[in-house]
Amino acid sequence: MRRFVDELQSRLTADLDDRDPDFIRENLSLSWLLATIWFRGEVRDMERIPEEGPILLVGNHSGGNITPDTIVFTLGFNTYFGVERPFYQLAHNLVLTSPVGPFLRKFGTVAASHENARKALDSGAAVLVYPGGDWEVNRPTWEANKIDFAGRKGFIKLALDTGVPIVPIVSAGGQETAIFLTHGERLAKLLRLDKLLRLKTLPVNLSLPWIVNVGDFLGHLPLPAKITVQVMEPIDLDERYGPDPDVEKAYEDVTSEMQDQLDELAAERRLPVVG
Amino acid sequence: MRIEQKVTVDAPRHLVWEYVTEPANYPVFIDGLTRWRVAGDRHKGLGARYRMLIRVGAADVGGLIEIVEWRPEGDMAWSSVTGVDQRGRWRLRDLGDGRTRVTFRFQYGVAGGGIPAVIAERVAAISLNRRFRVSLLNLKRAVEGQAAELAAP
Repeated sequence: MRRFVDELQSRLTADLDDRDPDFIRENLSLSWLLATIWFRGEVRDMERIPEEGPILLVGNHSGGNITPDTIVFTLGFNTYFGVERPFYQLAHNLVLTSPVGPFLRKFGTVAASHENARKALDSGAAVLVYPGGDWEVNRPTWEANKIDFAGRKGFIKLALDTGVPIVPIVSAGGQETAIFLTHGERLAKLLRLDKLLRLKTLPVNLSLPWIVNVGDFLGHLPLPAKITVQVMEPIDLDERYGPDPDVEKAYEDVTSEMQDQLDELAAERRLPVVG
Repeated sequence: MRIEQKVTVDAPRHLVWEYVTEPANYPVFIDGLTRWRVAGDRHKGLGARYRMLIRVGAADVGGLIEIVEWRPEGDMAWSSVTGVDQRGRWRLRDLGDGRTRVTFRFQYGVAGGGIPAVIAERVAAISLNRRFRVSLLNLKRAVEGQAAELAAP
């Protein structure tokens, strides 16, 4: 038991050296097939991301514990800039302690924390964060086209602390891969999952092959929804808000700009799943 | 995976050669090219390097390529330095009467091997074959247009 706990704990420590460019290159074919055939993925305006230096990519994401927008964007970043460019993604503890955790660490996934993100940015890397976390990916289907970061402003503070530009990444289609019913906050609290696993939700969705899927712990077979990812113009918070920025206002501004972008992407979609 | 496409251009070989060796023309005639720029000091010729990406399915793929063979008005070949493993070649042959046979060869390999890599190579070939066919027809139109302009009194 002790060894098991130590193993899980070690997976949550950010060792940037775990990222393995050769491993990524050798496994891109699978994500390319998934992104191309199953999700008909499309990443737009990748050239807006600065060619060099640290950047904080801030995205919305969807799809329960299987987030197709992450697959499509990560593939797009690695093929556009090459696997040689250091690129890290922050993920929930549960993801890294799952059976796919060691695989994801080689892809550059590290446990979501301010310290880990800072460590990666200080090394000059590109860092992808999803502030909405487990809350956002399980929002009900009728809120599919809503940017919902649950008021988490850590990414604004991180950008201000490190002085790196934010590049918002907005994706649409991911919440059409299942029918999401509820966050299940009350259930998570009742079962003390918030204390034990940092899980504030116990979501319920209708998905294959489970039909009724509680918790989504084993994932699900996502419906082949078309995923569109739009890269927005970089935002330099220092330049925009001066030496004494209001974190609250910066958060409101960035999320409302992302919401406008998501509204545009949603307006393009004619049919659910088909896109 | 190997792809080969051919087209006959009603223009003399030197005009086709000038067109396919000028890097500024690539974003114009290569279908699906999403990124193209000269990398380094050399604009063209042996050793010139280009950073290129072409849209294939859900991703822009490519990398840094270098010209490794340069036989004026005959063959120009390149090989990848970083990114997707690839080799390519333009092969021009004089057919007489001011016509040129253009052969475009492209070889690529998906890293990693295994079933996903084999499937990915074949799926990508469908898209690349189509893109290169369109590109060769673009090339034919552009060079024949130039030849017609030069021939005009």
